[in-house]
Amino acid sequence: MSDNFQSGAEGEALQLTVTQAIANLKQTEDTGDRYYAAWWLGRFQVRQPEAIAALLDALTDESDRDTDGGFPLRRNAARALGKVGNAQVVPALIECLSSSDYYVREAAAQSLEALQAKAAIDPLVTLLDGGVKAAIPVPGKPHLVQPYNAILEALGTLGSTSLVEIIEPFLQHEVPQVKNGAARALYQLTGKGHYAQVLIDTLSCDDLQLRRSALLDLGEVGYWPAAEAIANTLAENSIKLISLKGLLEKQLETSASLLSDPACKVMSLMDLLL
Amino acid sequence: MIDSDSLLQSRLQAVESADSAQAMLDSVEALAELKSEKAIDALIRVLGYNNPGAAVAAVDGLIQIGTPAASAVLSQIDGYNYGARAWALRVLAGIGDPRGLDLILVTAAEDFSLSVRRAAARGLGTIQWEKLEKAERLDGQIQARDTLLGVAAADPEWVVRYAAVVGLQGVAIAAISEDYQDLPEPIVQRLQAIAADDDTMAVRARAAWAIAQLPS
Repeated sequence: MSDNFQSGAEGEALQLTVTQAIANLKQTEDTGDRYYAAWWLGRFQVRQPEAIAALLDALTDESDRDTDGGFPLRRNAARALGKVGNAQVVPALIECLSSSDYYVREAAAQSLEALQAKAAIDPLVTLLDGGVKAAIPVPGKPHLVQPYNAILEALGTLGSTSLVEIIEPFLQHEVPQVKNGAARALYQLTGKGHYAQVLIDTLSCDDLQLRRSALLDLGEVGYWPAAEAIANTLAENSIKLISLKGLLEKQLETSASLLSDPACKVMSLMDLLL
Repeated sequence: MIDSDSLLQSRLQAVESADSAQAMLDSVEALAELKSEKAIDALIRVLGYNNPGAAVAAVDGLIQIGTPAASAVLSQIDGYNYGARAWALRVLAGIGDPRGLDLILVTAAEDFSLSVRRAAARGLGTIQWEKLEKAERLDGQIQARDTLLGVAAADPEWVVRYAAVVGLQGVAIAAISEDYQDLPEPIVQRLQAIAADDDTMAVRARAAWAIAQLPS
């Protein structure tokens, strides 16, 4: 069903041209058109300097505000820049990490991770100030004070083992997504299996959403000993296949042969899920 | 006999009276476990209920039952809505009943849902060729091969190309065991090209593994 929806949306979206999308983003009359154009430029990976310049401008837009004082256009622009940006956009995205809008901060953290922006490490660490004690919900909002999951994920990708001490306490956080984000980052930083085990344990929890995100996390980090547990998780075969593909490709990257024993083992598990 | 019959009746009843998605899933799993031909109609009805968890359990149960389930699905499939039809095609692909071959061929090449194309492409590699007359067997295998060659080269989704590679491996092995000497040649060539060129590393690896598993 979702396949159809996507191709339908894509059919419509393609009717916009690159020139038109850039023009829509630059005008200031219609906030809806701007918001959509920012998404579109990222979705279709338009890397022209003019598009990137317009997205950078949108990061400081003041006109598109929601009822909470948030900045919807800035969120989309920050997300799009993670898909089309280059080293030049990093300072502006780092600036966004101190936005008053939680979702702008979250999008910026994710985009800085995607852009491999090592310069973002220190500003990201700053958002963890106060540690687990400070990581509490915002009253009346469906989120914590910071986008911890995105921050921890980005630090796992960008950082080094010197961050272990700062991240490790978040394994005790009561929100499972934060705990899993910490486990994933710590595994990426150290390669130690007991961190990945936290994600494997999540595969047998009662919450389908958490099982799905642990599947995707294990696939992203390519933790090969999880293969059997992934294949046996109660979730859609589609997601298990994506997860196992991550394990397989990690295995292939680190081995000279396409046909190492672990690679064949993962493929035999994938075959059974097709 | 009486015991197993009353067990069947009580499990059929449980599916009828399930009042939540979870109860439906549990009762369908329990019914499927019996692998009874008398459960076929009830399991097929579940395919139309818009309950993905229960539908997966019903598909697995019908595949376990095998040929009689394929017969029932084939006699009813024209009347299905899209959702039920997609599940039914997974049943046919999973059983590999050659009476469903034409439907599975079209599905692998054209269905809009990637998970249905994936199941069909995989299924083309596990058709029960021995159920066809010798004369029809070669034709069927050539059709399966040609469809899969196209899917493996051109489907936009990596997982469907991966499944088509697995399917091609199955067709090649079946053809070799039948001694159809010429049939596997284009498969080997295509698998070599995929192992070298596919955009997705996992698909390249699966093609290399398929080549390694072909009898030389």
